Amino acid sequence: MSKAKLMDYDKALELFEPVLGFEVHVELSTQTKMFSSAPNNFGAEPNTNITPVCLGLPGSLPVVNEQAVRYSISLGLALDCDIAPSSSFARKNYFYPDLAKNYQISQFDEPIAVNGTVEVELPNGRVFHVDIERAHMEEDAGKLTHVGGSTGRIQGAEYSLVDYNRAGVPLVEIVTRMIEGAEHDAPELAKAYVATIRDIVLALGISDAKMERGNLRCDANVSLRPRGSNKLGTRTETKNVNSLRSIERAVRYEIQRQAQILADGGTIVQETRHWHEDTGATSAGRPKSDADDYRYFPEPDLLPVVPSPELIAELKAALPEKPVERRRRLKAEWGFTDLEFQDIDNSGLLTEVAATVAAGASPQAARKWWTGEVARLANAAEVDATSLVTPEQVAELAGLVDEGTLTDRLARQVLESVIAGEGSPKEVVDKQGLAVVSDDGALIEAIDKALSAQPDVLEKIREGKVQAAGAVIGAVMQAMQGKADAARVRELILERASAQ
Amino acid sequence: MSELIHRTAAELATALAEGRASSVEITKAHLDRIEAVDGDVHAFLHVNAEVSLAAAAASDKRRAAGDPLHALDGVPVAIKDVLVTTDMPSTAGSRILEGWMSPYDATPVTKLREAGLVPLGKTNMDEFAMGSSTEHSAYGPTRNPWDLDRIPGGSGGGSAAAVAAFEAPLALGSDTGGSIRQPAHVTGTVGIKPTYGGVSRYGAIALASSLDQIGPVTRNVLDAALLHDVIAGHDRHDSTSLKHEWPSMAEAVRKADVKGLRIGVVSQLDGEGFQPGVLARFHEAIALLEANGAEIVELSLPSLEHAVAAYYLILPAEASSNLAKFDSVRFGLRVAPAGGGTVEQVMSATREAGFGAEVKRRIILGTYALSAGYYDAYYGSAQKVRTLVQRDFAAGFDQVDVIASPTAPTTAWKLGEQLDDPLEMWRGDLATIPANLAGIPGISLPAGLADEDGLPVGIQFLAPAREDARLYNVGGALEQLLVDKWGHTLLSKAPALKGGQR
Repeated sequence: MSKAKLMDYDKALELFEPVLGFEVHVELSTQTKMFSSAPNNFGAEPNTNITPVCLGLPGSLPVVNEQAVRYSISLGLALDCDIAPSSSFARKNYFYPDLAKNYQISQFDEPIAVNGTVEVELPNGRVFHVDIERAHMEEDAGKLTHVGGSTGRIQGAEYSLVDYNRAGVPLVEIVTRMIEGAEHDAPELAKAYVATIRDIVLALGISDAKMERGNLRCDANVSLRPRGSNKLGTRTETKNVNSLRSIERAVRYEIQRQAQILADGGTIVQETRHWHEDTGATSAGRPKSDADDYRYFPEPDLLPVVPSPELIAELKAALPEKPVERRRRLKAEWGFTDLEFQDIDNSGLLTEVAATVAAGASPQAARKWWTGEVARLANAAEVDATSLVTPEQVAELAGLVDEGTLTDRLARQVLESVIAGEGSPKEVVDKQGLAVVSDDGALIEAIDKALSAQPDVLEKIREGKVQAAGAVIGAVMQAMQGKADAARVRELILERASAQ
Repeated sequence: MSELIHRTAAELATALAEGRASSVEITKAHLDRIEAVDGDVHAFLHVNAEVSLAAAAASDKRRAAGDPLHALDGVPVAIKDVLVTTDMPSTAGSRILEGWMSPYDATPVTKLREAGLVPLGKTNMDEFAMGSSTEHSAYGPTRNPWDLDRIPGGSGGGSAAAVAAFEAPLALGSDTGGSIRQPAHVTGTVGIKPTYGGVSRYGAIALASSLDQIGPVTRNVLDAALLHDVIAGHDRHDSTSLKHEWPSMAEAVRKADVKGLRIGVVSQLDGEGFQPGVLARFHEAIALLEANGAEIVELSLPSLEHAVAAYYLILPAEASSNLAKFDSVRFGLRVAPAGGGTVEQVMSATREAGFGAEVKRRIILGTYALSAGYYDAYYGSAQKVRTLVQRDFAAGFDQVDVIASPTAPTTAWKLGEQLDDPLEMWRGDLATIPANLAGIPGISLPAGLADEDGLPVGIQFLAPAREDARLYNVGGALEQLLVDKWGHTLLSKAPALKGGQR
């Protein structure tokens, strides 16, 4: 795929104002599916988590999952939406082999939640209110695997496999209103918005929210409006954006791509575009028009959802703190400087840091690990940091450093093994025998051996050239295969020098 | 054993209880009858004697151990092919499901099995229940036992013909716009469409979800009530099934009494467009009820004039969506174009080959009615008419306990007569459709034979939602009055079938 010509980002912003809109799909982590008793879990053998309902077998009927309704109401409330006193399901009709009934049960004109707003704080401190048009319940489709082509896409494939395990998994689709005024911050806002939604659903405990698994999916609508014009441009809808960093990149890319086309006198095609993580570019998908005809009509197999005021009140009372409020509170509690906190914001890992602190690590250690080594490894692997390790694992690692079992260097080594799936930090330490040698006797023995090879070092130290100890420390660390606390080795050497 | 096939289900239950007959004997007698006459009638699409006899033997074993599941344990029953079954193919009369075996039983079928009834086989029907003659079955028409050149009604012509031809004492049907009641009307049998939500639709291959309802097809009102009591009740697999404590319908029949009952006669369903013989029997029946203490009230339900038009928008709209799943991907027929093809081409070729003309007609109509720009004019307007029909009935039932009309405008027509005129066939549903639009229960029972052609005529009663017992009351009472007047049941006057032992 040839990469499109891109305009310089700053120049694009000079000429155009970006207008955004997002559709975020959240897979709910209910025990069973939206309309059937089939288990809702990830990673099972294909076509095992299914019932006649998931396959749309003749005669089968859907039944609404009450837990999914509760989760959806909670999410609606957390988005400051009005909860509809009565909402209903509708059928969205289209033929596609991953859609067992060839219609999707969704909500159309009576969604469960409408008119909300989400406060989003950008890393630079700018606060944005993103208006939510609606949040509605629907069922996920199955998963197609295209076999025989080079790209894994349907074009060029010999045949396709269908896995209906995901068919019927409960989804909430959150649709924003048009977002104007983001200007230069548009890509950062996109990322921060999705990160905020992720924080909300994680705090509610209603989704695993793992983007790489598709628990949280974002379609980003981008259009450009020429400066001085009040006419909206043609939008594209970018799909297949599987990480927070991709959202930022994809929005930036679309702004630059569209700006170049418009500046060259071209027109933007209204279409879906697919984000490609490897090339960092989007490619044209299917043309999309507002006239797509899904022949929506009320789902006759289901009754309207009429939540009692008591249920809504109960769920409202149980809402967790809002992400923006939480970050303000955490910043104060942890005593971080603006810079330190920005560090976390930039990484989009506040939830992980907080969970790591909750698991016993010090705020500084939690911050350092997530925004440092874990983020570095995630970047290198081009994945989200959350997909590498859990907060519990990071807290355990930080604890091992604190208690002196590991040096920072050893801890980094342990981290890589943990990421490689070799077990928890403690298990890795045990398995690989990586713990710091804290026995002074063994250290002194190694120091003596090193000193005998460099007899003039002690003399130099006594003369005030303390840095001369470095050579011995190096030799000791080498002899101990890194499993020594360098600071302690240094101490012992200095003690040695002053004792004689 | 020939007399066994002429017994009612209630009589068979007594014979079983008193040890005068075994379920195996009863089942064998009906299988023999099917063997003898079904070549002509073609009420059944599938019969498996081995499976039926095994179920009968199991019933006899329970009975011998003093542990029958239900009064009807061991009584055979025929099942319309619209209900899915694990031990018999389920095709809904369509080529697209030829040979398809369901991995699960429909809830009404499960309830039959749990009560120990013996499934005899699957009965013929218009493809996906679309039709009023059973000529639209992909597997050939069923014939009316009263005249083999005539239609047995539809879509449930198979179930009605099976009980009319004494091939089964009981049958299940489905009624979306009259598919239980109109076949009862033309075959001299009894059919009930329960209140919408009274019987689970789980496992009933959907035609129009908001209209479909499963119900009993029998030769007399008490048998219908007994079967109704077995299949009714809430089902957690069907969100639209009612959580309602149903009274015993059989009890309502046994205590039947029309004294003081207010019966409404609908002016829109009386007179113009109805065959004289049909009207004559209807008016006689009403007079008989009045003579026995019922109060007859004239009613006008003006919205009924638009009911057929509304119905033929709502039904195709829902059907077009319900039938989208028949795409060859997961089950059923698969037709690949020569040399393979894309999934779209395979879906298209399969649906082209697998669906009959009437089904395609309604899918196209429904798809159109739901299309952007047409939705409000067609589907939206139809839903408004539906609301008006519901209001008219609500107002009507303020004045009367039940509403009466002829079940259908004409007696059975000749096979092939209306095949080229779908509109004429659709108009025949005008008396039965309103109950489905309103979600209320209806019964059709024999009212006599039309003078001009000697063919059976039915009378229909409708009641408010959840008041199905009223139908069994008035139906049971009228049946008794008519049988007393005639000195015999209507079906005993049906001509003998070739090969039949009557």
